[in-house]
Amino acid sequence: MSEYAIQLKNIVKTFGSVVANNNINVELKQGEILALLGENGSGKTTLMNMLSGIYQPDSGEILVNGEKVLIHSPEDSKKLGIGMVHQHFKLVDVFDVTDNIYMGEVNKKYNLKEKLAAINSKAESENIDKKKSKLFLKKTRECFNALSFYIKNIFLNKKRYYKLIELSNKFGFEIDPHKKIYDMSVSEKQTAEILKVLCYGAKIIILDEPTAVLTVQEIKKLFSVLKKMKQEGHSIIIITHKLNEVMEISDRVTIMRKGEFVKTLETAKTNEQELTDLMVGKKVDLKINRPVVGFKKPLLEIRNLTIKNDEGAIAIDGVDFYIRGGEMLGVAGISGCGQKELCEAIAGLRKIEDGEICHKGESIVGLSPEKIIEKGISMSFIPEDRLGMGLAPSLSITDNMILKTYRKGKFNPFVDRKSAKELADKVIKELNIVTPSSETPVRRLSGGNVQKVLVGREIQSTPNVIVTAYPVRGLDINSSYAIYDILNKQKQSGTGILFVGEDLDVMLSLCDKIMVLCHGKMMGIVHADKVTKEQLGLMMTGMLNLSEAKPEKNYGIAKDSNIVNNNVKNEESFAKGEEHED
Amino acid sequence: MKTNSQSVKKEPRIRIAKRVEMSSKYKILLTAFSVLAALIISGILILFLGKNPFEFFLQVIVGSFGSAINLKLLIRIFVPILITSLGLSIAFKMRFWNIGGEGQFIIGALVAMTFALLIGDSLGRFGVFVVIVTGAVGGGLFALIPALFKVKFNTNETLFTLMLNYIALYLVQYFLYGGPKFYISDRPGIPTFKVIDEMLFLSDFKSGLFSVDTSIIVAAILIVFIFVYLKYTKHGYEISVVGDSVNTAVYSGMNVKLITLRTIFFSGAIVGLAGALQLTGSAAGHTLSVNITGGVGWTAIIVAWLAKLNPLGISIVSLLMSVLEKGCGYARTKMGISDAVSDIIQGLILFTVLACDFFINYKVILKKTDKKNMLFDSASAKNELTSNKDESEGSNDLKLCEGGENK
Amino acid sequence: MNAIISLLSSAITRGAPLLLGTTGEILNEKSGSLNLGVEGIMAVGAIGGFLGACWTESIILGILFGFICGALCGLLFAFLTITMKANQNVTGLAMTIFGVGVCRFIGQNMKTEGTFPIMNPNLTSKFAENGIPLLKNIPIIGPLLFSHNILVYLAIIIAVCVWIYMNKTKAGLKMRAIGENPAAADSVGINVDLYKYINITLGGGIMGIGGLYMGVIINNGTWNDDWIGGYGWIAVALVIFANWSAVKALLGSFIFGLMLALQSKVGNLAAEFPNALGWTAKIPVEFYMALPFILTAVVLIINSAMHKKSGNAPSAMGINYYREDR
Repeated sequence: MSEYAIQLKNIVKTFGSVVANNNINVELKQGEILALLGENGSGKTTLMNMLSGIYQPDSGEILVNGEKVLIHSPEDSKKLGIGMVHQHFKLVDVFDVTDNIYMGEVNKKYNLKEKLAAINSKAESENIDKKKSKLFLKKTRECFNALSFYIKNIFLNKKRYYKLIELSNKFGFEIDPHKKIYDMSVSEKQTAEILKVLCYGAKIIILDEPTAVLTVQEIKKLFSVLKKMKQEGHSIIIITHKLNEVMEISDRVTIMRKGEFVKTLETAKTNEQELTDLMVGKKVDLKINRPVVGFKKPLLEIRNLTIKNDEGAIAIDGVDFYIRGGEMLGVAGISGCGQKELCEAIAGLRKIEDGEICHKGESIVGLSPEKIIEKGISMSFIPEDRLGMGLAPSLSITDNMILKTYRKGKFNPFVDRKSAKELADKVIKELNIVTPSSETPVRRLSGGNVQKVLVGREIQSTPNVIVTAYPVRGLDINSSYAIYDILNKQKQSGTGILFVGEDLDVMLSLCDKIMVLCHGKMMGIVHADKVTKEQLGLMMTGMLNLSEAKPEKNYGIAKDSNIVNNNVKNEESFAKGEEHED
Repeated sequence: MKTNSQSVKKEPRIRIAKRVEMSSKYKILLTAFSVLAALIISGILILFLGKNPFEFFLQVIVGSFGSAINLKLLIRIFVPILITSLGLSIAFKMRFWNIGGEGQFIIGALVAMTFALLIGDSLGRFGVFVVIVTGAVGGGLFALIPALFKVKFNTNETLFTLMLNYIALYLVQYFLYGGPKFYISDRPGIPTFKVIDEMLFLSDFKSGLFSVDTSIIVAAILIVFIFVYLKYTKHGYEISVVGDSVNTAVYSGMNVKLITLRTIFFSGAIVGLAGALQLTGSAAGHTLSVNITGGVGWTAIIVAWLAKLNPLGISIVSLLMSVLEKGCGYARTKMGISDAVSDIIQGLILFTVLACDFFINYKVILKKTDKKNMLFDSASAKNELTSNKDESEGSNDLKLCEGGENK
Repeated sequence: MNAIISLLSSAITRGAPLLLGTTGEILNEKSGSLNLGVEGIMAVGAIGGFLGACWTESIILGILFGFICGALCGLLFAFLTITMKANQNVTGLAMTIFGVGVCRFIGQNMKTEGTFPIMNPNLTSKFAENGIPLLKNIPIIGPLLFSHNILVYLAIIIAVCVWIYMNKTKAGLKMRAIGENPAAADSVGINVDLYKYINITLGGGIMGIGGLYMGVIINNGTWNDDWIGGYGWIAVALVIFANWSAVKALLGSFIFGLMLALQSKVGNLAAEFPNALGWTAKIPVEFYMALPFILTAVVLIINSAMHKKSGNAPSAMGINYYREDR
């Protein structure tokens, strides 16, 4: 058997003009745990989806156990003994665990021919002619067995529940085989997924960010399971961007950055510092301007904000911060640390659990998105698929330009397309959007251009607070700089900007201050010119917490707050009063 | 393991990939080609009956446009399909599957009938206006029922509007057979609805000897109105954003629930208007009947979809459908071919256009495995399409490589 | 008593074609396809089965022809929606228009030209032949349960078999998985397209038999212009009412059949029990006709209002599946 369970050689995968994987080389040894480390958008999941049969590579080779293979479908992947636990579980909600696993069962075969041949050869070797009738009887019985086997095989068997218990015991899981998926916690669903791939006899197991949704205890449990699986000879790839987990669980670690392969290291011979450096890359001087704007009063102030995500877990946990006019506050953090929920809460799209969001001293909690837009707060969020929020993909660029402003002129029933077209043309020109015309539907543009339309529109609406998440995601350098310039211009004209970003280099040279989030908790707010990239990296992974270092000095609350203190105090005492009454 | 990897090594011969964009010239050509294909298949069908297909199609044309009376009868079929389809297209634009055209049409007619009997000739000619408007409002309110539940509970509107069609039909049937005497005429024999007061008849639009109901003018105005409404107004803009992405609509501060209710009210109201016009017009003899819709609600869905919700396209497709309906009826009397052939042709056109859409949205890629397939690659675009069509129709195991957008 | 027995027995007779249509539609919807073409497929099955029976002079072959004609329509629907990725609603409606057109076209030619075979009266009576010998002579139960035509029993057997297939077999499990979450089914190596093709085709075939029933039993094998008479649409409603279960459809089709039967039998019923059931005749007949649709609409609302997670409505119904659409 080959030394390697999987070898990926020079894999290239592009989506339109976006290169998701460029010449990736990854090798997984038999019986090891390989961590695939990289920030979000570095192409880890895309790469693994080529192993699970969802995508096919544009070029490059995949070798499984030393043999070259082509994986066209999940079925192929399953046959090769590869099992993937997707980040978004692929389970049928209304089925119980057992049925979720048994629905993928491969039809067994009854080797009738071989068995008949065995009877024949046995008869020949024993050379008993006279018992021909007995031989015939034996054969008939065998045929009958085969028939009853196939008939039984059509039906679902109650025994599958016992079998599942047996299997789960064998792999060391505790699971109720009758429990429906919709009744399960996230951790139980994950167990079900792992059990599923194990039951299919997968020898190579890929886990896509398995710890993202788990609690600390659940992670510990998962890791002990993984270690046990490794001892039993499984080869495992675990996708993650958490360094401590890499150090704890993996034998080797492969690092990817922005769709490129960086390096593969022995975990024992490296440390978190080195991994952070490799993951975020060397500090590059990007020569982005950072104009300094005079001291202005806080525009947007956020106190003790708590938000839940769609699953009902805490996404943002008691965060305080503020943005002044003419200030750009960066938000750094590993993807999925509450950035999306934060942006949505500010734009009025998500209910908050607790806390205050104040714009120029007035609370905007509970206002409709329309009212918040009218106050001059602009939010743009570029999701990973780029089209999810903020754009209507089938509509033209012109139509998308007026998404937030079309209401202007109360008594005019018509949409003002003329000025919209002018605006569209202006944005197209300023941001060098590549499009046949301003009437082209947005979905037909390439990813980068789609984004420019979105960012361009948000800036053109002359807001006083801009919340922008990943505005340069997937853009080429020139367009990125164009967007930085525009943001800077806005800043100079007194706008407060919240810049949620991925690239630390950019944030270090563009933003005035940077707030670091880790699992919804604020790790601190630092001045961009006084912090190092390494420090940021450590804060992002939760290993450095500046807000705990000096708890008495809360960086998130401005001394010259616009919020009338009495008001807040009253509310606090009111809340306390309620507690006393209880 | 070895046997498995062997089977894995086989590459599928056909891949399907999403087409970036086909020029509108090709789109129209391909659609026209598929309509033609459907007509050819129907022609063959007629040939099987021992009839001359060319004569048949000629009779269809003659039966529709051959004389003033034929044209008038054609327009009687054409107008309700057109107006109903325009009404439904507003809902479809918002991706709200209002298949309740039948119900909204008949309720529009019923409400109009009620008001017509109530006001009689008391309002003079102005009464026509009142009757038609109330009919429209009735249709709109009826359509609001599924919309309300959609907004409140996200109830499946396709199935709900379908149920309401039949509930509406039986309601009208009740008023005819078992309901209050209010609606029923005194004539002995099988119960029939009263004929509305002459003062409330829709006036004729006359041009020389030729005269049709004024409803054709309403229809013409509606084409322009819907075109402008969807394309240039704020409402139309909101409809397209909600239809495209509800998330984006919420994000931009739109009140999605209100927009849904308003749009579906309009949609139903226009369909109800068609019903009211049908009632007051001469086509249905100025009275209500159980089959006053004549299946318009179903045909209109197909028309709206075939026309890709474009008001101008809707008028063309409505015309095509009414020509088929009217012309086939005429051909029946002339050639003894069942008029059901119009349904078959309509169905065939739909099937071929549905299939043709696939070639507009996707391209089929053949793996270069042998010389025969190499030939296809060098062939012209159209050749490639047709040859691939044959290949793909013969094979069920198409592997999909690129996703589509109409989720 | 007689009125009740005749009412209930008529409910079974009228419920059986609904049961067949519904069972077919359940196979479609549970594998993720909302097929609104039931009326059309039943129509094609009706005329196909009718002609098949006429030509071959055999009940069995007639049923087989009905099944095959329906299955071909199902196959066409599957091809258009799965391979050609056409919109399911529009394809279904097109199927209805086309199917009813085909049925009327052939039927009208049969009537006017006389070149097509007319069903032998013997054959019609064979189709309508009542009951299981001996058993049907048992009082009350006999006329109620054992004196129906063979297609009624076939419908019940098919419904039970489909229920067993869906809930007790491995193939059924896979098929339900596709209707719930095709991406999950695909990820464990189920051939989504193949299973959908098989189930839609099979469902179409069963609808076809339902159509044959409408032709030879409900309409006594005599041609009229509207053989299916909206039963296909009632079947679509019944699927919801029966909560996507073939066994519940047994009961549902009986209830819906009862409503259909009440239209003609309510007078007798009220006449026989003027005190207890006299009120039933006071309710307009149209109400009984609309009741299946009203009940279904109510069930639809209740289901959506309760956000039932364990409900039987397949989550992926009506959505075409593309693997790379994550």
